Amino acid sequence: MKRLLAALGLMLALMTTAQALNPNEILSDPVLEARAREISSGLRCLVCQNQSIEDSDADLARDLRIIVRERLVAGDTDDQVRDYLVARYGEFVLLQPVFALHTLLLWITAPVLLIAGLVAVIIGVRRKRRAPPLPAGLTAEEQAALDQLEER
Amino acid sequence: MSIELGHFALILAFAISCVATVLGYASWRTDGRLALFVRQAAVLQFLLVAASFAALIQAFVISDFSLLLAYNNSHSLMPLLYKVTSVWGNHEGSVLLWILILVAMGAAVAVFGRKLPKELLTLVLATQSLLVAAFTGFALFTSNAFARLDPAPFEGRDLNPILQDFGLAVHPPMLYIGYVGFSVCFSFAIAALISGRIDAAWARWVRPWTMLAWTFLTLGIALGSYWAYYELGWGGWWFWDPVENASFMPWLAGTALLHSAIVMEKRNALKVWTIFLSIITFSLSLLGTFLVRSGVLTSVHSFASDPTRGLVILSILAVLIGGAFFLFAMRASALRQGGLFAPISKEGALVLNNLFLATGLGAVLVGTLYPLLLDALTGHTISVGEPFFNLTFGSLMVPLLILVPFGPFLAWKRGDLVAVTQRLAGAAGLALLAAIVIFFLSGMHVSLAPLGLLLGFWVAFGAIAELIDRSKLGRIPLGESWRRFKGLPRTAFSTALGHFGLGITVIGIVVTSAWQNELITTIGKGETVSLAGYQVRLDQLDEDVPGPNYTADHGEFTIIAPGGGERQAIAERRIYTASGQPTTEAAIQTYGFSQVYIQLGEDEADGRHVLRLWFKPYITFVWLGALIMALGGFVSLSDRRLRVGAPKPRRSATPVPEAAQ
Repeated sequence: MKRLLAALGLMLALMTTAQALNPNEILSDPVLEARAREISSGLRCLVCQNQSIEDSDADLARDLRIIVRERLVAGDTDDQVRDYLVARYGEFVLLQPVFALHTLLLWITAPVLLIAGLVAVIIGVRRKRRAPPLPAGLTAEEQAALDQLEER
Repeated sequence: MSIELGHFALILAFAISCVATVLGYASWRTDGRLALFVRQAAVLQFLLVAASFAALIQAFVISDFSLLLAYNNSHSLMPLLYKVTSVWGNHEGSVLLWILILVAMGAAVAVFGRKLPKELLTLVLATQSLLVAAFTGFALFTSNAFARLDPAPFEGRDLNPILQDFGLAVHPPMLYIGYVGFSVCFSFAIAALISGRIDAAWARWVRPWTMLAWTFLTLGIALGSYWAYYELGWGGWWFWDPVENASFMPWLAGTALLHSAIVMEKRNALKVWTIFLSIITFSLSLLGTFLVRSGVLTSVHSFASDPTRGLVILSILAVLIGGAFFLFAMRASALRQGGLFAPISKEGALVLNNLFLATGLGAVLVGTLYPLLLDALTGHTISVGEPFFNLTFGSLMVPLLILVPFGPFLAWKRGDLVAVTQRLAGAAGLALLAAIVIFFLSGMHVSLAPLGLLLGFWVAFGAIAELIDRSKLGRIPLGESWRRFKGLPRTAFSTALGHFGLGITVIGIVVTSAWQNELITTIGKGETVSLAGYQVRLDQLDEDVPGPNYTADHGEFTIIAPGGGERQAIAERRIYTASGQPTTEAAIQTYGFSQVYIQLGEDEADGRHVLRLWFKPYITFVWLGALIMALGGFVSLSDRRLRVGAPKPRRSATPVPEAAQ
């Protein structure tokens, strides 16, 4: 379910993965290259302002792109490549933060809000049902005020 | 001399706003001359700030570099348009533009709001004056735009090259009208809380202001996105960047407010929630201003920030927002709830709309602020980027998009879901058909793109279906149906346009993300490359061509479309003389709704250049959809029924005055 949601989310809000990639960096193996792109778009260019290493033309981003490709060619899995970079540059390099104690609030806020909101709506509906029905629409007084305003 | 006069005008505006705030809050109950003063003060503030802004513009236009701000941000060789726009391409000037729009809003309320109850009007204007006082104070004491240099330098230091663009002329003013427009909703909410009077009429007054702000914010965000797309040179159009999020959050809250105000106006329900949203929407606008202006953010867009001012904005923010929520906590329980409704009803659908929008807003807010707070509290640095937002926000928008077409079809109080589903069956069938056809045409790659398309088509067709249904097309004679269609209220069209635009944007996002083509290669003069059936030939390549205030590598391309037909396009790589900063000017050609995007890259050793080429199918849908949404906003604003106080033509024999709002 989580993967489905992840995929749906990606699909809906996915922005184009644009490159500042150089032609000579591109791997000849299209499968490896596709994996490299996938990994790169999730890694932050550490010296840039909120760009992935895919999009940045900074030298550091270029170095990171080359490292990613070297590790892939050496036979690393995607996770091994990411772990390697996290070990060298810290968690800051990941654009999607890990799910851990220090990021718990970050990840659970939206689901908790949704559930709390749903519960509040349901309680509200039930309470209203039990409450004596209020006069529908405007009170006579309010209607008069509204009419008067529209007349003017 | 005019600069000092401008400075003095701003100081006067500050003083008047302080007086108007105190008198307004002190005397709102007593009808009379003081109330008149508060109204006049609102107009006066506008005139004074406009004068001080005009003084700045004049100094920039005549390149008066004795003005520190002009020296730092202008250059005598810049074209006239950029001389004017560079007034707000920096911190001090953009704060003043913000204030100018704020006082314009206040003056508009004072002029168009003559029909409002006196007490409400006085309280609204007092609150506007409070905001003016806070921000003119901020401008005067921490961001003085009128500082002089002696002796005056001969030449300025130029405007940031990325900002030397038509985008700067339209994007910030639009965005600020959006941000600041919500201040009126905020002031109405504060006035309602203080006076304790809130009813359906209140919602009717607030709605046009919400609509105005929302419409301009929509345009501002779309413009900013397109500007980033063609200027930053890598073809991205939304980065989930904190500065973008700062403008997107008020938009989400404003969208929710727009919908909840409908419920309040028509059914007198959701009062507390609507007040809450009014406060939160403007608070998010203030937060956006704080985030961008204070320098706590690093972003691709923040070009004018200064950390030392952050604390002052933060204090203003804390007092204004804190005060508003304190008032809300004290008074909200006194607001009488009304309007009973069943879960399946138009009210119910709008509540769900608000739930998903608010949760999406929560996801964006926490994603934007969490890394800042974590760093400040624990020193632990993490990045929250695109993948996080796509996952959380994206998955929250799926149920919302499924719900959108149902809303307009459902009846107030108690809706019939089965009947509505039957009436929407045609739209659903067509959407399914369109998605399946595209799935087959695109080579039947199993991916989520067709599902995304299905959602987009569903929303777009659902919007049209509502108009068709209400004009009873196919069920009654065609002429009759046409007459019904013409007789539909403007709000029906604005709803349909808003939802249709949303569907178009979703389709654009899905198609361009799933089916874009790219080519990264090197190219020499006279060579041709091809991508997605388009041939791109580099006809001419000149290096170090001098421009007015830059030198450029200048490439002239010919694009040959699959169906024949040639077009010329120019891409440049510029180095700005004064700052030494490089920018890329991409060549973009539009074919139908799709675009070919050419970026001339770095030069290689052998006189060849890196070429980055994209074919972006249906990318214009992304912004076209936003334009359609904004059009819906304007249609709604033109609706007579929203202009309270305008005499109804059927009942009144006198000519209709135009100015009434």
